[in-house]
Amino acid sequence: MNWGSWQNFFAMGGYGLYVWGSYAVTLVVLIAEIVELVMRRRGVIGRLAKYYAARRRNDETEA
Amino acid sequence: MIRALGWVLRRDLLLAFRRRGDVVNALVFFVIVVSLFPLGVGPEASQLRNMAPGVLWVAALLACMLSLARLYAPDHQDGTLEQMLLAGEPLVVLVMGKVIAHWLVSGLPLVLMAPMLGLQFDLPGDALAVLCVSLLIGTPILSLIGAVGAALTLGVRGSGVLVSLLVLPLYVPVLIFGAGSVGATASGTGAEPHLLLLGGFLALALVLAPWASAAALRIAME
Amino acid sequence: MSKSQRFSWFVFSSPQSFYPLAGTLQPWFAALAFLLCAAGLYIGFLVAPTDAQQGESYRIIFIHVPAAWMSMFIYLVMGFWSGVGLVLNTRLSSMVATALAPTGALFTFIALWSGALWGKPTWGTWWVWDARLTSELILLFLYIGFMALQAAIDDPRRADKAGAVLALVGVVNIPIIYFSVQWWSTLHQGASVSMKSAPTMAATMLLGMLVMALGFWMYSIAATLARVRCVILERERHTDWVAAEIGGQS
Repeated sequence: MNWGSWQNFFAMGGYGLYVWGSYAVTLVVLIAEIVELVMRRRGVIGRLAKYYAARRRNDETEA
Repeated sequence: MIRALGWVLRRDLLLAFRRRGDVVNALVFFVIVVSLFPLGVGPEASQLRNMAPGVLWVAALLACMLSLARLYAPDHQDGTLEQMLLAGEPLVVLVMGKVIAHWLVSGLPLVLMAPMLGLQFDLPGDALAVLCVSLLIGTPILSLIGAVGAALTLGVRGSGVLVSLLVLPLYVPVLIFGAGSVGATASGTGAEPHLLLLGGFLALALVLAPWASAAALRIAME
Repeated sequence: MSKSQRFSWFVFSSPQSFYPLAGTLQPWFAALAFLLCAAGLYIGFLVAPTDAQQGESYRIIFIHVPAAWMSMFIYLVMGFWSGVGLVLNTRLSSMVATALAPTGALFTFIALWSGALWGKPTWGTWWVWDARLTSELILLFLYIGFMALQAAIDDPRRADKAGAVLALVGVVNIPIIYFSVQWWSTLHQGASVSMKSAPTMAATMLLGMLVMALGFWMYSIAATLARVRCVILERERHTDWVAAEIGGQS
């Protein structure tokens, strides 16, 4: 498939808005999912670290 | 086993009779919602006639769904549901009894009310008859599917809206063929295939839904 | 290895042993996803020719159809693992089902969005009530219902099992819903307005779609593995191995 020029590629025969609108939103959604997963993992580890620290302090004061 | 079903049925009907307000409210909701549509889109008769099957069926769906809150929640709150689970009778039978009672109290009045409301939308006589038959076959399916949703959300926060979210997508096939049967009569193509399919859905729901609802009840009450 | 030490895959059915396995596998699936999607996009944009009827707008199918396939496939997989968790009473299966749902819902959304953007230049409206798009919409509601139900129930085991019943009811209903919507769509609009009457597939177009679908599949696996690791940490926080794991991390 020979597009001829970058301009033709971006214009997509006049349908650029629709084609790139679809691909752009797809990319945004997938990247948002990845970011959400990274943040979720960090959040879980952070919260659990605090939980374990508090539990350790509690055990130490009881002992 | 039939005795147990009869017992549950009689008990639920008696309780519903004592709280007639709840029952009548759902019916009034049906009437009000149906009356809102002409106010929203205008009184032009041909437009209303086209809309009528869909509007009446959607209103019936919503009214049935609202009444699901009465199916298990009151018994759950006063501890009767726990006793039912502990009873020796198969839970499926007890669920079936409750669903029948629910339909008699919430679904059947809609079937009886529908012709009058259909007249408001200028539906011809044969379409009214098909509307009644489609609701007669369809509302039990709504009660059966609703029983599964009600059991899943038993005692859960915000269960009112959650039940709608779970149950409305599952109602879609019933809606399509129920409203479709009336539309087909109005356009002259014949409602028989639709009604037969609805009958098929009813048979399927009768077999699967009580079992799923009983399973969900056990999960909720563990 | 003596006979009493035969390896069994079931050793990975506990959250504790699955967690490191998922951690090892996930980057590989992510890499595969990237490569396959890159290859698919290359085929889609640089190999596949212009369509005679739809011009360049048909190139949306390289996103739309694979996303729709994945949305349905993930729901079936979710239903399967949910069912396994319900019947065999295994926690990990239910955790995997819970982890699958958001990815499935996102692909359903992508299918709907790309379908709308395809409908506008092709049929003139932003939304086409054809069988596939309408079924996708209902599938999105089913996903949201599953996630909402699990979020609303506090007890994790009850949430697992209730979600399983709902997912299985959904799996039984999906063919019924699809059939009903298909019938409704052909009745009201006629077969002419349908996403299915896509361009007669040139081989390169089909290849592009298949490669993108594989890429999306690998992505789903990678995302689900990452998410199930988070779910495992949250659900198993009372165990020693998680405490050790977190201790090592922070």
